[in-house]
Amino acid sequence: MLVTGASRGLGAALARRLGRAGARLALVARGAEDLEALAAEIRATGGEAHALPGDVGEKRDAHRLAGAAAALVGPIDVLVHNASTLGPVPLPLLLETDCEDLERVLAVNLVGPFRLTKIIAGAMALRGHGLVVHVSSDAAVAAYPRWGAYGVSKAAQDHLGRILAAELEGTAVRVVSVDPGEMSTRMHADALPDADPATLAAPDAVARKLVTLIERPEAFAPHGGRVELATLPDEEAP
Amino acid sequence: MTAASWPRGEPALDRLLHLDPRTCRKRDRRVGDLPALLKSGDLLVLNDSATLPASLRGRLGDAPVELRLAGRRADGAWDAVLFGAGDWRTRTEDRPTPPPVRAGDRLSFGLQLTAVVEAVSAISPRLVTLRFEQTEDAFWTALYRHGLPIQYAYTAGPLALWDTQTSYATRPWSVEAPSAGRPLGAGLLSALAKRGVGIETLTHAAGLSSTGDPALDRALPLPERYDLPARTIAAIEATRARGDRVVAVGTTVVRALEGCVRAHGRLRAGEGVTDLRIGAGFAPRIVDGILTGMHEPEASHFALLEAFAPRAVLAEAHAHAESVGYLAHEFGDSMLILAGA
Repeated sequence: MLVTGASRGLGAALARRLGRAGARLALVARGAEDLEALAAEIRATGGEAHALPGDVGEKRDAHRLAGAAAALVGPIDVLVHNASTLGPVPLPLLLETDCEDLERVLAVNLVGPFRLTKIIAGAMALRGHGLVVHVSSDAAVAAYPRWGAYGVSKAAQDHLGRILAAELEGTAVRVVSVDPGEMSTRMHADALPDADPATLAAPDAVARKLVTLIERPEAFAPHGGRVELATLPDEEAP
Repeated sequence: MTAASWPRGEPALDRLLHLDPRTCRKRDRRVGDLPALLKSGDLLVLNDSATLPASLRGRLGDAPVELRLAGRRADGAWDAVLFGAGDWRTRTEDRPTPPPVRAGDRLSFGLQLTAVVEAVSAISPRLVTLRFEQTEDAFWTALYRHGLPIQYAYTAGPLALWDTQTSYATRPWSVEAPSAGRPLGAGLLSALAKRGVGIETLTHAAGLSSTGDPALDRALPLPERYDLPARTIAAIEATRARGDRVVAVGTTVVRALEGCVRAHGRLRAGEGVTDLRIGAGFAPRIVDGILTGMHEPEASHFALLEAFAPRAVLAEAHAHAESVGYLAHEFGDSMLILAGA
């Protein structure tokens, strides 16, 4: 499995749970130090995790990461696009967002995941199984002021998933978008510094539900569809 | 034959010479015609190996060298070939030889990637077995950071990693691209599946095609590892039981399947290593036909095709392809050698 944005927040919580469940993990994030510490922690508890530092928004990195990941853990059968960027914070009005910042947000949240999927999903289709998960957001659906660049990127990613799913119909590759809900993460604090953390879900609680979905996507996620993780049961006991 | 000097945009429009080795009839087609050239029930077997960034520029002592990985051994050591200074603009035959190398010598490719030579081959003093000194994670990160795909003097510019991959590549085992599958994009594969053509994969570590060192080139291909999935074997057996045809996409697939069946008496799932050499007089037991790239008649590749058609027929097909403008090599046109309609 390959998880992007794995060094903190939902990505790190998901990696810990998948590691405990016995997955062979290739973990990607920009910051090498946090990522390597997490991979070491997962290995120390008997899991298999490899740290691959890189920026999914960079073409060169995407190809390098995909190659090294398949070398280390074998053919990727689950690809979790969790990395994303808000763009500049405090979040600006859309009309005050620099076009270059919008481009960067699209590069990281839309084009980068698309590129990784292109590199990886062809083999999934021929090998007869595969799951591509886009971590989406409420902001993909609702038009929140100041969430322009991020919301646009997530809405586009959801629709990319729907079209990919339509094209992959008949293969064994499933594409789903998941809305994790509001979580107490650094990204959330960057976006809404005044939010009361007590009202936010812990990333680990959300990761539990995401593991449930990854283990049995056919039970919980319509192909190409969007799933609110809050509606899912918790991870089943092994 | 003129080489295609760069990946072309629409592979389905690349030319395809269909050669029937029984009737010796040849037809000029396009790669996109493949679904019409195969029948429902036929099986295509693809090599899903990705292409490694197998070319590293570094130093042996003070001397600049290029190291080309040739293949990974089961114990994690690598076989590799040393080249002297220079780059892809110079044909390998014309490159200066590297300085002499001995067991124990250390090669460095930047600060984060170093290797120690464990043995020098009797085949050529440029063929070595070496071990990288980094942990697995650090090695793969550094290899992808410092390495480039192996380059060819005929290309219009340096190739990037993404120029050398098939649309279905996964584990990076090959040091040169398994290029016969390069024109098979998602659309064409889907059209083949709709036609009822089975599509299965194996992974085979395609090795070096040539090094410019005559002694070493005579010894190619070196032993290559493969991994044969059980589902592919089941599909091959079902295809053969029905009397339908098994078509290998590329010579690496032939090597894996025929090598496996000769080593074990049958197809056996899992990993193996083959040193099988295929040429005139070789009777394939599994593979009925081959989809392959166009290459020059002197290439070792051509000898392998003699297992599927007599040399005179191949030579005539090649002369025809050349006369009507087919392009050769990794990014060139294709040939299907397959009997029956």
